[in-house]
Amino acid sequence: MSERASREKRDPLARKKARHTPPSARSRAMHAMSARAAMGRFVLQVCTSCGTATYPPRDACPACWGELAWQDIENGGQLLSHTIIHATTDLYFRDHLPWRTGTVALDAGPIALVHLHRDLAPDDRVEVRILLDRSGNAALFAFPPDRGFDMTDPQLREFIVPVQGKTVLVSDARSAIGLAMVKALHDAGAGLIMAGMLPPTRIADADHPILRLPDVQMVPLDITDQVSLSEALSKIGGPLDIVINTARHVRSGGVSGGANIVEQRRAFEVAAIGLTRLAQSCGPMLAGRSHGAFVDIISSDALTGSADHAGFAAAEAARLSLLQAFRHEIREAGVRVLSIFTGPVEDEHHQSIPPPKVAPARLASATIEALQKGREQTCVGDVADDAMTRWLADPALYAREKNL
Amino acid sequence: MTLTPNQTLSTMIAGIADGAIRAIDLTNILSSDFPVIVLPSEFGQCEPFRMETVSRYDANGPAWYWNNISMNEHTGTHFDAPAHWVTGRDIPNGTVDAVPPEDFIHPAVVIDIAPQAAADEDFIVTRAFLEEWETRNGPIPPRHWVLLRSDWSKRVGTLSYLNLKDDGAHSPGPDADAMRFLVHDRNCIGLGVETVGTDAGQSSLFDEPLPAHSILHGNGRYGLQCLTNLDQLPVFGSIIIAMPLKIKGGSGSPLRVMALAPTDAA
Repeated sequence: MSERASREKRDPLARKKARHTPPSARSRAMHAMSARAAMGRFVLQVCTSCGTATYPPRDACPACWGELAWQDIENGGQLLSHTIIHATTDLYFRDHLPWRTGTVALDAGPIALVHLHRDLAPDDRVEVRILLDRSGNAALFAFPPDRGFDMTDPQLREFIVPVQGKTVLVSDARSAIGLAMVKALHDAGAGLIMAGMLPPTRIADADHPILRLPDVQMVPLDITDQVSLSEALSKIGGPLDIVINTARHVRSGGVSGGANIVEQRRAFEVAAIGLTRLAQSCGPMLAGRSHGAFVDIISSDALTGSADHAGFAAAEAARLSLLQAFRHEIREAGVRVLSIFTGPVEDEHHQSIPPPKVAPARLASATIEALQKGREQTCVGDVADDAMTRWLADPALYAREKNL
Repeated sequence: MTLTPNQTLSTMIAGIADGAIRAIDLTNILSSDFPVIVLPSEFGQCEPFRMETVSRYDANGPAWYWNNISMNEHTGTHFDAPAHWVTGRDIPNGTVDAVPPEDFIHPAVVIDIAPQAAADEDFIVTRAFLEEWETRNGPIPPRHWVLLRSDWSKRVGTLSYLNLKDDGAHSPGPDADAMRFLVHDRNCIGLGVETVGTDAGQSSLFDEPLPAHSILHGNGRYGLQCLTNLDQLPVFGSIIIAMPLKIKGGSGSPLRVMALAPTDAA
């Protein structure tokens, strides 16, 4: 393979760069904010008695001691002041100095200490978003309202996962989702896309126009096979930044009726054990990177089970469980773990399911967006959106309705 | 001079020891990337070989190395018992655990179809081809393994081994008349091939589909697949040792297949 211009060049004798993460201790109330920020929501606590919005998160209303409830709220504000930090004892911030913070008067009421986009000046109108820092905790970040996300701001890049120039592994690139993912990564300017080709492979697979794009390298990969995984990773001639796990085994079938044990076992091998294998093998590689990320495409059936795709849903539930554990485990290495929830996809595995279905291209673009907007969790399409909303509102009721 | 059984055995062992008789391994390496047969998607699929290390002189077992393995009965170099096919469902002792031990060892005849298979990857072995082969080489003796040397084993490690194209797999194999000839007129023990199945890649489209499986097993004969090194065997005079695992009620089994052949005949 020819050397790629985008490849990172490094001093061969330089000691490995230690990666630090920002301080991670937070209150329980702050974790609640982080959980919502992970979904890309802008929320503040609002008093159920006096209606005052408050920040930072607290256990009671500072105005009336009333009860606080999380509420999606307007995110505009006015920049009041700014400070540039040049010295700190914190190891993470020392690596990223100078660092710019400021105070913003939120339109919702509170005055908040925020991280600042480099293009902002005092008195500017701002748009505040809640992003996750490298430790996975919520942090307020103020942007110019009309500029959206300018990805080149180095301070902003600490809160997101840039795709441009990065080396990305797509675990199953031959499926409709995988092909769309490779294409979206290419369009987003990824440096090298390793496209996992699940055996058995047709001879003509190598001729697929997407897989023949210049920045795509095909590699045989079956995540249910440790040997195959090790060999695939050995073919990545450089650092690995992002893993996108598109592997899944979608089959219909029930539990006592219509269950196919072989298919069910396979679903678990791919979704659950496969995820562990992939995480085990790639985790250390991602941990060495400044913007490492592991993305998992997961069915919203994982939340509740699914009577007609019981084995698949169970395997996806196991996958979700493992993903939560992995996220927690690798957070301290600064690696972001993303769950991309989807309902039925417009592909060969969901031929007998009526619309609405998610187009693979939409799933892929939502994945790129989640990375670049710094989310940990996204629901793509009406089915997954609806599933998450209903599950958050009343999990017991939704599990019942879903399996009627 | 007639040898006593004792003399026969000791002569053979002496021949192996002094190199007059060669032991040839006809087995491919059982590894996770060795291809398995691919059936149309409406059918259940064959699981490939998988190996998980339990310990390797490490915390899980400081002084010992061992693995858990899993696979289909028809993964890698493997044996097909009569019960593998519906036609062989009522054959007595049709499962691998019941194969009579005297069937573990039989002589073989090697039929070279490598030039034909190189020219046409869908090459079909017909009765006419076999009869013509016999006029040149002599008759196929009874109670022999018939081994088709296609050189397909040289494709192992490449996509052209399974050779999956948009219209299915493409690899050589026999037609139904050839199989009836081998089974009924030549009383073969079984058919051994280098390809992933005893039948041709496109054989599900034949007027009589999957004739090797259907006719071999319906008549209590065996199959050997994914063989290698057939090019090292003489046309006549080799002996095949093929012992499937004793899986209770099993339809087939991965196995080590070896041949004994006179060194000077190679």
